[in-house]
Amino acid sequence: MVELALPKNSRVQKGRHHPAPAGAKKVKTFKVYRYDPEQPGNPRWDTYDVDIEACGPMVLDVLIHIKNEIDPTLAFRRSCREGVCGSCAMNIGGRNTLACTHGHAEIPGKECQIAPLPSMPVVKDLVPDLTMFYAQYASIEPWLHTKTPEPQQEWRQSPEDREKLDGLYECILCACCTTSCPSYWWNGEKYLGPATLLHAYRWLIDSRDEATGERLDALEDPFKLYRCHTIMNCAQVCPKGLNPAKAIAEVKKMLVDRVI
Amino acid sequence: MSTEFRTPLSRARGLGSAKHGAAHWIAERVSALALIPLVLWAVFGVIRLARADFDTAVAWLASPVNAVLMVLLVLVAFWHMQTGVRVIIEDYIHKLLTKSVLLLANLFIVSLAGALAIFSILKVALGGAL
Repeated sequence: MVELALPKNSRVQKGRHHPAPAGAKKVKTFKVYRYDPEQPGNPRWDTYDVDIEACGPMVLDVLIHIKNEIDPTLAFRRSCREGVCGSCAMNIGGRNTLACTHGHAEIPGKECQIAPLPSMPVVKDLVPDLTMFYAQYASIEPWLHTKTPEPQQEWRQSPEDREKLDGLYECILCACCTTSCPSYWWNGEKYLGPATLLHAYRWLIDSRDEATGERLDALEDPFKLYRCHTIMNCAQVCPKGLNPAKAIAEVKKMLVDRVI
Repeated sequence: MSTEFRTPLSRARGLGSAKHGAAHWIAERVSALALIPLVLWAVFGVIRLARADFDTAVAWLASPVNAVLMVLLVLVAFWHMQTGVRVIIEDYIHKLLTKSVLLLANLFIVSLAGALAIFSILKVALGGAL
């Protein structure tokens, strides 16, 4: 059954407040989700008054500033700091996005709320447990399937067929789309979610792949695929500007194609 | 962390693909398409009858074209409703027993209501109403 409220031990309580240092010029408050599995008690919202003149323009710069200067206990993932690795995906100002490509000036108001990606178990603070997300991705076997003996050199593909992969291959698996999808919130164990389905389509239309039918067989399922109700949150939040909803619609069209 | 010993991939694969769903998806869309003209026809028909007396209304429904279209409207609308409610139940109800009971209730209630409606139309059309 769908849970409309958080379980008691997950309710977020008011946490510590870290005031801005004396002489701070331009202060913005960041309300950050904190959870430490090794400490008893519920998760909490800690607030940090940050002198944003003292740090870089992106939300990730603010988080690094908080960790370096204010509170070294804050945990978050980051790596490339340029929107390529997908590590720093989190919920910023109510929207899933990458902290490294989202400017703190883009968030209106004096306060900005930062939480981990919704609906996933939390490992610590802003670090979600993406085990199932990766397992679902692995379940679609995201590699080239062929029966024809390997060619001497590469599998060849026309420029037109290669173009069909544009808008799909750019996905960095940050999980912003999947964790923004209400269908995934309710049925995340069975529904594959927008990111995985976008990748499924990426292999379905790859002209070099020889397992299109088997791939469609594996997807045709009321839960794995058809939980998508075109809510479009995925397309709205994708930090790479991709459209998983369209990819899913194309998969549904392929399934129609083979029966009519 | 959970004490689950199944691997994540095993959980993600679950029971595998049901290998159906496309037909349901097509049925939803085809019935929605069919309902556009049927509902428009019914709305205009009923508006035209708004000022008419009982006998005129019975005569209207008893004419072969109107009776057949009305039966089709009821069939398609109830079928469409059944498929839609089914998806909502699957979305939100996860307990197998509750889900099964609700899915059966959905099917049975819709079938009963649809059968009653069709019987009523036929009764009027075949002259049993007066």
